[in-house]
Amino acid sequence: MTTPFYVPPEQLVKDRADFARKGIGRGRPIVVLQIGSGILLVGENGSSSLRKIGEIYDRIAFAGVGRFNEFETLRVAGVRYADLKGYSYARGDVTGKGLANAYSQTLGQIFSHEMKPFEVDIVVAEVGRTIDGDKLFRVQFDGTLRDATHLAVLGAQEEEITERLEAQYDPEMGLQDALRAACDAIEAATEHTVEVDAWECAILERDATRRSFRRLDESEVAAARS
Amino acid sequence: MTERTTEVGPLRLGEAVPDASFLSVLEHRGASPTWDLGPGTASGMPEATTILALTWPGGVVMAGDRRATAGNVIAHSRVRKVYPADEHSAVAISGTAGMALELIKLFQTELEHYEKIEGTSLSLEGKANFLARMIRGNLALAFQGLIVIPLFCGYDVNEGTGRLFSFDVVGGRYDELHYATTGSGGQEARSFLKGAWSPDLTQDRAVATAIEALVAASEEDAATGGPDIRRGIFPTVVTVTQGGVVELTDDDIASVAASVLEGRP
Repeated sequence: MTTPFYVPPEQLVKDRADFARKGIGRGRPIVVLQIGSGILLVGENGSSSLRKIGEIYDRIAFAGVGRFNEFETLRVAGVRYADLKGYSYARGDVTGKGLANAYSQTLGQIFSHEMKPFEVDIVVAEVGRTIDGDKLFRVQFDGTLRDATHLAVLGAQEEEITERLEAQYDPEMGLQDALRAACDAIEAATEHTVEVDAWECAILERDATRRSFRRLDESEVAAARS
Repeated sequence: MTERTTEVGPLRLGEAVPDASFLSVLEHRGASPTWDLGPGTASGMPEATTILALTWPGGVVMAGDRRATAGNVIAHSRVRKVYPADEHSAVAISGTAGMALELIKLFQTELEHYEKIEGTSLSLEGKANFLARMIRGNLALAFQGLIVIPLFCGYDVNEGTGRLFSFDVVGGRYDELHYATTGSGGQEARSFLKGAWSPDLTQDRAVATAIEALVAASEEDAATGGPDIRRGIFPTVVTVTQGGVVELTDDDIASVAASVLEGRP
């Protein structure tokens, strides 16, 4: 007969957290930034078809780093959750807070009950009519839910990128300036240059009447980088 | 038997939905809209009547009147029957109004859902086929008198042209080259368009022609409402071009309707 090992819960949680952090820390960074015209999402992504940033609903976007299949599962579940809610009730009833809460519950559940935790870190961004109405929710691999102000950074070199951006953050920044600042901060912190076509950028446009999510095309990124 | 679950529950990861369709999500959760009539036929439900669409070289114009009738009663006089389906297409529905409106909402959600899950839009033909599938799913009810028949049009970005599709009650899907109409006043509108359509219409002419066709239908069909300038009730008109779907404002339509009415015998 085999005797089960005793593992103290502190150790178990720590091991799981270390495991998840290791995966996430390798993920290429994503920056989410509140600016006058909306919420800007910028990430480095070598693939043009596997997205890390996505549209969830009229005014809500999703960004994830870590294992692609895991945050993609979360994104798809989020789209289904939002579309079902909007279809059953009304479009205005779909909120970033509700979605972030759902993610938090789900990730918390997985962290403590599944074989292995999800190696993901995600942001749910909701653009308001004014910048004060914006919401940035950060959900971590263990279900920790926090709200961020001004900006959120995910993935490798998180702290350094945050520091660099905090230093020059100005809510009045235009789209181009914000894009340039975000790209520069990521490049400087990760110490390598990124080709123009390897940036994945999108914005939730504050003035949009319905669907506010728009991907920035290469020419827009190029203009900000030149 | 599948267990009926709540529609909007907590987040479900890795749900076994077979494709990127919103309808499949609803089916999977046992939450698709159903109208279970039981035996017998339905009657007396409000019905939406005349809708039409016509092409011009730069795109398509789609229009519908605002009246819904139940038997000989005007049930609603400001119903909307024409809606943008997504950025590059529009849909209009005639038949049992309550079901038609639900179907439109479902169709709009479907297109958006697919786009978000897959990262690309369905092709125009794909959208038309999906709409046909939805109509086909309604066949049993159609035989009980709850008929829903749409028109669908859009700008085919791949082919660079406006296209127009009509449907029948079993979900048959037909490409229309010039114009299409359905609803109780559809026959009359079609006769009008037969004489008025020409291959070199401008968008403004196409809009005026659409409104005049509705006026012609309203003159012959009691279930079709014409423009009511006194009460400010005007047909719904949308245009679809390369630039996307545009809904005309009441003010725009009012001035066209006024000049159309002026010219009528």
